[in-house]
Formats: sequence, structure tokens, C-alpha cells
Amino acid sequence: MTAKTLYDKLWDSHLAHQAKDGSVLLYIDRHLVHEVTSPQAYEGLKLAGRKPWRVDSVVATADHNTPTRNWERGLDGIEDPVSRLQVETLDQNMKEFGAKVYFPFLDRKQGIVHVIGPEQGATLPGMTLVCGDSHTSTHGALGCLAFGIGTSEVEHVLATQCLVAKKTKSMQVVVDGALGHGVTAKDVILAIIGKIGTAGGTGYTIEFAGEAIRGLSMEGRMTLCNMSIEGGARAGMVAVDDKTIEYVKGRPLAPKGAMWDRAVSYWRTLVSDPGSKFDKVVTLDAAAIQPQVTWGTNPQMVTTIDGKVPDPAQEKDPVQREWMERALKYMDLKPNTPITEIRPDKIFIGACTNSRIEDLRAAAAVAKGRHVAPSVKLAIVVPGSGLVKEQAEKEGLDKIFTAAGFEWRQPGCSLCLGMNDDLASPGDRIASTSNRNFEGRQGPGARTHLVSPAMAVAAAVAGHFVDVRKV
Amino acid sequence: MDKFVKQEGLVVPLDRSNVDTDAVIPKQYLKSIKRTGYGPNLFDEWRYLDHGEPGMDHSRRPLNPNFVLNQPRYRGATVLLARENFGCGSSREHAPWALLQYGFQAVIAPSFADIFYSNSLKNGLLLIKLDAKIVDRLFREVEGNSGYRLAVDLEAQTVTAPGGESFRFDIDPFAKHSLLNGLDEIGLSLEHAADVKAFEAKHRESQPWLFT
Repeated sequence: MTAKTLYDKLWDSHLAHQAKDGSVLLYIDRHLVHEVTSPQAYEGLKLAGRKPWRVDSVVATADHNTPTRNWERGLDGIEDPVSRLQVETLDQNMKEFGAKVYFPFLDRKQGIVHVIGPEQGATLPGMTLVCGDSHTSTHGALGCLAFGIGTSEVEHVLATQCLVAKKTKSMQVVVDGALGHGVTAKDVILAIIGKIGTAGGTGYTIEFAGEAIRGLSMEGRMTLCNMSIEGGARAGMVAVDDKTIEYVKGRPLAPKGAMWDRAVSYWRTLVSDPGSKFDKVVTLDAAAIQPQVTWGTNPQMVTTIDGKVPDPAQEKDPVQREWMERALKYMDLKPNTPITEIRPDKIFIGACTNSRIEDLRAAAAVAKGRHVAPSVKLAIVVPGSGLVKEQAEKEGLDKIFTAAGFEWRQPGCSLCLGMNDDLASPGDRIASTSNRNFEGRQGPGARTHLVSPAMAVAAAVAGHFVDVRKV
Repeated sequence: MDKFVKQEGLVVPLDRSNVDTDAVIPKQYLKSIKRTGYGPNLFDEWRYLDHGEPGMDHSRRPLNPNFVLNQPRYRGATVLLARENFGCGSSREHAPWALLQYGFQAVIAPSFADIFYSNSLKNGLLLIKLDAKIVDRLFREVEGNSGYRLAVDLEAQTVTAPGGESFRFDIDPFAKHSLLNGLDEIGLSLEHAADVKAFEAKHRESQPWLFT
């Protein structure tokens, strides 16, 4: 038998129909739904007189528009009527069409869709999983095929349980060796994107492998896979190992008893076979990866904490040069400025990239006994879900953050994209644990620097970026 | 989906690489539960001098005269000429909706991001990948010649310049067929419902925990 990659195995086990031209109907096991990309899909379903194919595959929550304060005011706490209508529309669609589980706004278990999927065991190894959200790649950390889709595809999956798909090429990203102290999954993925570029993964599915990846916790692997899309790859994944199985065990929607044993013996096969072929292999040396900070308006525009803002004049390609110049103008940065001289005035710890319990623990470890610098106008911590929040409070992390001058908020997507009222203002400079530093992403005219949670807290305390390993 | 007919139109050059979908249509407009009304907010932050919000009368907002879409010579353009990795980032289908509702029927670039590419084709917005050198040349020609138009023939898979020179482009045969005929993809997939049901039964047997 030919050796198969993990991607081959996941793909081959979900082919519901194959057309002559090579396109297939790929069967979808899990469909995550949130309020922003689903209303038009449900409306389309209704207009065509269609019903969802398998309601049990749907797990839904409201996360993008939900406020991180004023929960005591209920739905009225969503000040913007347009946002409120979108949240109410999801409530209505869930009532009309149903779901396996729905965590509405204000529910104790509500949270960012990419945090609650794994947390609930709604994400399992071996699955195909989709969501109308590009960061669906997150779930690949559990050894499944997970990718973001548009609203037309949301409707297609609801109606047919399938997607019209074509197999992508495969890329293996190998991170060899052990990561240095203070270097996190966020630094690894930013370093990978810095190396392959923002379109380096376009047309590929990435499998992350190597000793450093095996060494990451499940949360770290989620951070890694989360940003696959920032390298252009729709899906990223990590093979199943003991950590995967240990993580899934006992979660509410995970199999139990004899079914569990049967599932585990199948999940153990979800690794790339020795000798399996990838279309492209990229290798990084873990020991060489340093804490990363982005300086531009795309995640590819990244350097190390001891680095400098690059000089566009050194760039030979005129299109690239123009892009860099535009980015520096937007970011209000001069070429050759040391990264440690950049002074963020807002701090955001959260988003589907870095809002899990381990992220909050890493952030709190740096915040403990320290205080946010006076030059910082706002520092917020937004847990990824209600359950992450509860756990953090049990561990006393909330008290560490508030004592250090951070605001402790309710869960949601929040300042990652500012669809709720956590919006940055023009000229704000933000040290952010989110995934995108695009122009206007966190608010019109706002300037984003992507970093790990520990690096964000270190910057908050120092008032400028600083190497967390030296704090 | 609307059929893509052969079309010939005015070209506007957007000379920026890695244009992300946050720039194509900013987040505040994603709060809408409708499929229409996005045209006035295409490239909102670049196109207007003020900050826009849903519910504003966008026709009264101050336009940024330096933004290429606002230049009189490009008014009425239906073909957008762009740089590499156009449409990267968020999966929002509001991006192709906004481009179509502004009046674009085709976008030409050296490369597109994956999710944006499939979202666009599903809505009848034709994305044409041409070699970076050809795109570079088209940029020079558009900028140097007022009223520059290109003819796009999906059937023949060609883009034809005013001088008569043609450039061939590739497209997935199924996507081409769907675009030319304005097909309902869900309807087509449901023709294979029996296959899907059969697969589902087998899948349930081999991985029953996915169905509990």
C-alpha cells in the first residue's frame, strides 16, 4: 500500500461522490456556526425551501458582535442595534433550524467558536470540520481537516452536508529541535509566516511536524494551526499523539466507554505514514526562533525582538518596496527603528489565537507583581470562553491581571476585529495577541503589532516592546 | 447565481499587493444580515475621507480624490486590475458581494487567496490569474491610456487588449461551466444525494462516535 500523509487519510475517508473532473463532494462531519457569516445562508436555505441535511452536525455560538462588558444588561448591553439584530437573528435561526448544541450570548459556556469547539469535544480527530470563518484552521491541531468557508458554502454544507472541493497540494513544515525558553507557539507560527510569506501556503494544506511541534501543548498547536491562513493555507494540521487523545478525553461531546476505545484505536492511525510524500517541505531550526513582533500591516511583516524595522530602500522589487513603504507610513514607523523602541499604548490579550487557559497563565506569570506602564491607555484581557474565564478565576489569574492594571472582561472575539464596542481609535498602537495586523483591522487608523501573550504583557509593563526572556 | 456573459469593460488599476478582505469591506458592514447593499462600502477606508458606519448616507460622504476608484477617468470601471495575493485574510463573502455590487465583473491579478477565490466564483465574479509580467504590462498600459478597456471571454478563456493581443487564462472546468450557465451549485450537489446518503451510512458504521 502506498504511504499516505495525514491529509491524504482525512481526505480519502470523506469522499461522498467523485466527479470526472477531479472535484469531489467532501462529506462534512462538524459545522460550526456563528452570527456573522450565517444569516444569509439560513435565508438562502429558506428561500429555496430547503432543510438542513444533518442538524446534529451543527454547533453554534455568538462571538463576533458580543460585548465584553455590561452583561448584566442582557441583550440591551449590545449597544449597536445592527449588531444586536445579527445576534438575535442567530437566536431565531437556531430556534427555527436547530443545532446539536447552541451557546447563545450570555450563556455560561459561550465563547469564541474556535475555543469552544475543542473545549466541548465538538472537534474530534479524524473529522472534517468547517465554519464560515478563516481561522477554522485552528481545529487542525486535533488531527482533523478543518478550514474556513464563505457564506455560500455555509449554505451548501447546511443543505447537502458536503462541499464541492478539490484536493490541495500538501506542505510539511518541520520545526526541528527544541524551542528556547520564553519562545512560544505564537513565535513559531510568526517565524514560519515570515519565512514562507503571506501567500506561501496558498493552494496548500500544511502539516506541522518535528520535535518542536510534538513538544507543544494542544493549546500551543491550536495557536499554530490558527494562523495557517495567515500564511495563505486554508488548513493546517498536526498528527494525533498521546497529547491529542489526553486532551479530548472526558470532554462533553467526546465518545465514552467502548466507543471511546474504538475511536482511540482509529485516531492512533491519524499520522503521516513513514515515506509519505509532500509536494513541498519547509524546515526551520527551533533553537534559532526568537520572540517575534510584527512591524507592518501583514503578518509576514515580522521580525525578532532584537531586530529593527526594515528599510524599504534595501528592497529591490518595486511592488514589494511600495508595499513596505505604505505599511511604514500607516504604522508611523521609520526604517531601522529598533523594535524595542516601539511604544504600544493599548494591550489586547485574547482572540482565537491566544485566549485559552495556557495563554492566560503565560500572560499572568509575567504580570504577577508588576504593573502596566503609565503610558498605556488601556490593557484588556478577554478570555476565549466562559469556561476559560471560570478556570482562570479559579486559579486567581483575574486578580493578578486586575492588580497589574489590566481589565478583566467577558469572552468573545473583541478587539481582534472590533465588531463589538472594543474598537481601537485612529493612531492607537496596540500590542495584540490576535492574528491580523491589517490596516484598520482593530479600528480605523489603529496600528497593530502581533506578539505572544507573554510579550504583550512585557510590553505593557515596560511601555515599549521588550524581550520577555530578559524581564 | 448570475451568468457570466462575455464582457468588455473599462479597467481600473489598484496598484497594491496583498489587498486583504478587511480592506475590501471593513468589519462594521459585516453586521448586516442581508446579501445586498455593500457596493457603496467597497474599499471604504481608502475611498472616503471620513469613517463610515452602516446606516449612513454614503452618497454624501467626502470622497478621497487620491484613491484610484474616485478618479473620473475610471468611473464606471467593470474590470479591476490588481496585484498578487488579492483577497487574503478573512473568509467574508461580503468581499465579492461588495465588488460585484459596486459594478465589477472581473478581477485580474497574478494570484488570489484561496477562500476569496472560491467565494468569488460562487457569486459570478470572475477572477483571472495572469502571469505577473503580463499584469505589470497591463498596469503600464492602463495608467498610460485613458479609457483603456479589456475584453474578457470566459468561453475562450482569453483577455484581449485594445491592440488585439490576447492572453489566455486557466480556470477550473466545473467553475467555468457553473459561471457560464449561472448554475445553482446546491441543486447540482443534491443530484448526488443518494451517493451522499450511502456514504453517510457507511461512515456512521465505521466512525459511529461522529453521529452520537
